[in-house]
Parts: sequence; C-alpha cells; structure tokens
Amino acid sequence: MIKTIYSKGKLAAKTGNEVMAEAMRQIEPDVVAAYPITPATEIVQIFSQFVADGKVKTEFIAVESEHSAMSATLAASAAGARAMTGTSSQGLALMWEMLNIAAGLRLPVVMAEVNRAISAPINIHGDQSDTMGARDSGWIQIYSENSQEAYDNMIQAVRIAEKAQLPALVTTDGFIISHCMEVVEMYPDADVKDFIGQYKPARTLLDVDRPYTLGSIDLQDYYFEHRYQLAEGMRQSKKAIAEVAADFAAKFGRKYDFFEKYKLNDAEIAIVVIGSTAGTAKVVVDSLREKGIKAGLLKIRVYRPFNVEEIAKDLAHLKAIAVMDRADSCSGAFAPVYSDVASALFSAGVTSPKLVNYVYGLGGREINTTHIAQIYDDLSQIASGAKKPSNTVEYVNVRIK
Amino acid sequence: MANLKELSKAPQKVTGGHRLCAGCGAGIMVRQAMIAASGTPVVVVGATGCLEVSTTIFPFTAWKSPYFHSAFENAAATLSGIESAYRSLKKQGKLTKDIRFIAFGGDGGTYDIGLQSLSGAMERGHRLLYICYNNEAYMNTGIQRSGATPQGADTTTAPAGKVIQGKIQSKKDLTQIIASHNVPYVAQSYIGNWNDFITKVQKALNTDGSSFINIFTPCRLGWAYKPEETMNIGRLAVETCLWPSYEIENGVYKINVMPKEKKPVLEFLKTQGRFKHLLKPENAPIIENIQKEVDAKWEILQRRAEVGKTGAKA
Repeated sequence: MIKTIYSKGKLAAKTGNEVMAEAMRQIEPDVVAAYPITPATEIVQIFSQFVADGKVKTEFIAVESEHSAMSATLAASAAGARAMTGTSSQGLALMWEMLNIAAGLRLPVVMAEVNRAISAPINIHGDQSDTMGARDSGWIQIYSENSQEAYDNMIQAVRIAEKAQLPALVTTDGFIISHCMEVVEMYPDADVKDFIGQYKPARTLLDVDRPYTLGSIDLQDYYFEHRYQLAEGMRQSKKAIAEVAADFAAKFGRKYDFFEKYKLNDAEIAIVVIGSTAGTAKVVVDSLREKGIKAGLLKIRVYRPFNVEEIAKDLAHLKAIAVMDRADSCSGAFAPVYSDVASALFSAGVTSPKLVNYVYGLGGREINTTHIAQIYDDLSQIASGAKKPSNTVEYVNVRIK
Repeated sequence: MANLKELSKAPQKVTGGHRLCAGCGAGIMVRQAMIAASGTPVVVVGATGCLEVSTTIFPFTAWKSPYFHSAFENAAATLSGIESAYRSLKKQGKLTKDIRFIAFGGDGGTYDIGLQSLSGAMERGHRLLYICYNNEAYMNTGIQRSGATPQGADTTTAPAGKVIQGKIQSKKDLTQIIASHNVPYVAQSYIGNWNDFITKVQKALNTDGSSFINIFTPCRLGWAYKPEETMNIGRLAVETCLWPSYEIENGVYKINVMPKEKKPVLEFLKTQGRFKHLLKPENAPIIENIQKEVDAKWEILQRRAEVGKTGAKA
C-alpha cells in the first residue's frame, strides 16, 4: 500500500508525462516554448490545455521547430523570465547547438526530456542515446526511475538551475515511464510555489535602464576563461544540488542524492544503472539476497555533474561491478556511463573491483529480471574467479551472429 | 516623414568604435534604424554576421540598448522568446515600460539559414521588427553566394570562371515570401535615402504585430567598389528598378520612391567589381536576362501599387 509522506500530499494515478506537465503547471513558468515529438508531446499538449483554460499565466509559444524552441526558451530566460521546454530524441538532437549556448550563457532553462532512441533507423521507443549525446553540453542531467521521481526532480530542477546558473534537464524513460500509469504523491500548488520561490536574476535584457550586451564574440583573450567558468560552474553545481535536495527532504519528506544505493553497503557484486531499469534490477537484488548472494545496486540520479568522488567511495568495496548503459557509443571502446565510472574509480585510486560494461535496451528492447539475473550471475562468477571479466562491451538480449 | 532636425537630437544607441569596414552599408543601416527607434526603449537581437561580430567584441560593445546574440539561424525565434517574456511579465505586472523589439540579420541569416525561424515568428505574429540588411552574399565568412545573390555576381562559392560566369540562378524574392505571411507591415528600403528607411522603421515599430524590412545594403568589400560609393550604389539600385523601394501596409502596396527615369541595369552593374566579367561582349545575354527579369518584376509591382491606389480588387 502506497502512502503519502508529506502531511498535505495527495495520491493520484498519473503517467510520467502527466506528472511532468503537472509539475510545470505548479512551477508556472513565465514562458514555455515547445514543439511536438513522440513520446514527449503529451507534456506540452497537457500544458497548453492549462494555458487555454487559464490555469497558468504562462506565455506558450508553439514554435516551428525544436531549434526555435530552445532559442526562444533561452532568450526568454535571458529576458528575465522563468522559461521551460520539453522534448525527446531527434528534438534534442536538433536543439544541440542551442543546448550549448544556453549553458555557455549560463541561462537556467529547465527541460522535461523523455528518453528515446536516436535515428537512424528511426525508432520512437525508450533508450538514453538522446541525452547521452548531450551529456557534455553544460546541462545538469537528472534521471528519474519512476513518475514520483520525475515529479520531484522537476520541482527541484528549477531551484537547482537558478542556484547553479546552469540549464537543467529531467528525464524519464520513453513509454516505460512517460506513458505508464503509476501512483504518485503530489503536493499542493501553493507548497510547490513556496518551495521554488521567485526567480530574481541579477541582470536581464528587459531591464532597459541597465542595458547590456549578452552573447558577444569572445576571441583568444576571453573565450577560454568563460569556458573554464562554465566547467567550474558545473563542478560547483554539486553544492546546489545537495542543498536543494536537503531543502526538499525537509519540506516534502523525500530524500534524494546524486546516487541511490540499494543494498550496496555490504554488497560484493553490484550493478550501476540509470532510470527505470533500476526498478527491475531491485527486484533481482531482493531475490538474490534471499538466496544469500550479496548483490547490490547503485542508481545514478544526477549524471551531470558526475560526482566522481562519491561514486568511487560507494563502489570501492565491491568485487565485481556491471555498468549498464542504455546507450551505445560508436567510440570503438565503451559506452558512456561505463567510461565515466571507470575513470571515477581509477582517478580515486580504486582498482580492485572488476568492471564490466553491458549495453542493453536500445530502441526499447525488453530488459527483464531474467536478463538482469544473468548479469548478476556473471558478476558472481567474476567475483569468485570462475570467470574472466570481459574487456569489451557485452550486449544484452540482442541477436549477434 | 521623419524630421531631420529632431532626429539629430536622438540619443545614439550604436556608438562609434565598432569594427565594420569604412563605407559599410550595415553600419549606416544600423545607426539609422536605432535613431528611428529612439522614441521607445528597444531590445535588439542580432543574427551571427558582420554586424554582430563587429559591434560586440568582448569586453567591448557598441550597443547602448540591450543587445542579445545567440546563433546564426534563429534571430527571429530568439527575439520571439524575448518578446513573449515581455508580454508575460507585463501581463503579471512585473514590468510596466513599453518596449519595442528589433532583430538584425544579414541575407544569409535571413533568406537562407534563418528562413524557417523567421517564417515561424511572422506566422505567430509576435510584435517585433525584423530587419534584413541585405548585402547579397555571406560577407562575414568571405563573400559566398546566398539565396539573395543576384544572377551573374561573382562570389567565392559561385565564382566567375572559364565556363561559368558567376551565380547561375536569380535571387529569391524574400520580401514577397514574408508578404505572403500576411503580416501588417512589410517594406523594402535601401542605403542612400535616410528618410525612406527611417520612416519605414518608425512605421514598423508602430505596427501592432510582426513587421519586416528588407534593406538593400551595399558591401564595399564583397561588391568591390570604393567605400565612398556606398550611397550612390544604393540609389542606383532603386533608379534602375533593380531594388524598388516599396511597402505593403495591411496588404496595400505602395511604391515609395518612383525613379524619374528608369535607368538600364548596366548603370548599376558597371559600378561593382562583382559584375566586372559581365561586361565582356560574350556575357551580354546575361545582362539582357537580368534586365528582362527586372522589367517584368517592376511591371508586376506597379500593377499591384496601382490596385492599392485605386482600391480596386486585383
């Protein structure tokens, strides 16, 4: 039986897209600019109904492309508005140029992103190739395991972005979460509004009495410093993320961290995973624990900034680790999350755990408890020395001749 | 009609010290536009291009109005975001001032890569003025052909060579494309007639809706002429009817500058190095074709303006 945690919370049956739209209604940004794309369309569709019904004071711009969506959103932010958008997959790819500009100009835009495979071949289903492709664009990336997390992450993202002066995106896995009905605890509008507060930027384009130029050409003498400041801003944003999570826990009762550790502290083998698959993997961990196998899990919630010190500490005691990527890389080497975890461990001097990379679920390909149990079985054998760890990417549930 | 005496007292919102070339049409254009706009505070967006890079080299700026640049192909979408923020904040009582919005884009950023963004903003009807300073090629990257480059012009990506004589195709008619969006105010203007341009900017800014001005803006470097000829070349474009000065106000056409005598296009072409190769006898058919196209378009424009005058249905 699901219960409320917050005294004034109310349970509701909502899909991932519905809760993201509801979060946007409660946040009530000054401007939203968006373009339809499966499976994120519903978010802005529901939101535009809120606009049509006068439930929000937001100016909604139904732009003619995602490139213009991000252009208009970041410009509204520079003008002093709280500005949001939503997209997925090809839409995020089309925004790519502007994603980097939103970050480079330090504009706290917030985006609801629904993870979907990247073309070609065209596919509308869930994997994380889209946001993985934008992982170094200067956006804070927060992933959600379920609708509750998506809702809570959206509310936190507004404050995080404004505190860190960086854009932030919150994701759900396409269809698996975006279109799946779950019970979610929602908080009263006034309490959410009170939590996020007013947006008070130091400088805005609409402050015509204090004109300034934004988006100048930066040459050899300044560009490097500004890009350094951006990278440093991302490093420093960890503080903002932790503070907002602490405030959120104090207000609404739900605790959030960079990573969720599930039965990890005494574990010998563990999976590192992002998004909805964590829920499936937790079921496998429970059944392995019943058999006396010391299995655990680490779920990455905040992927950018990547908290290398913390993840190295969390994983140092393990004998074998499987990093599960729901996106491949055409680097000729490993998938993105594995590469980040490996460098986090190595830079912290942690070299004892055996580390294996599994790529799974591309284009919405099924990932179930049997697949995950097999990975834990591999890890058990690697931990005991019965099996040599693979030094290349292992593919899950794919036909390879 | 703009009053020169009054305009001379208007605050200068674009200062000297920018890095535009001597004789640059864009510099003249932007100063006149900002003088025209001095009655109400203005927020400016620039598309990537000569004007943008020359006026905003960090840590300096030539702009005394708020100025924003984000990218090349999205000046209209960018400005529509600012204009929407303005409407939102005003509606909520967080802002009381009246503010106007102007985007500046070159022909590359407007005719070509920025056309979709511009079309979207015009269709949505944001209250903003988009000014295309049209110098008929990608000048900032070094004189490459654009959709605005006229037939026969020598550019670095459609050069005059042994078998091809510059750009083969004719330019597209962007002013008509925007007019087809049925926005309340669309105009063509040119460098060399401050009154024509300033009057149009003021009209556009007083329009409750989207407006667009396409201003013919000679580029001394890309067109290869002496810097002091900028104004004369702008005027010649109008006198040859190669670039008529006209406006479309709520669908009604008006020719604003009627040439006393319609000069042959050759008078215009021979002033610029970009057309030098056309003067060879074997290229006479190209000039004939340019003349034919100019004549045909001028006829159509006059008919449309005639309809506007008499109020007759087309």
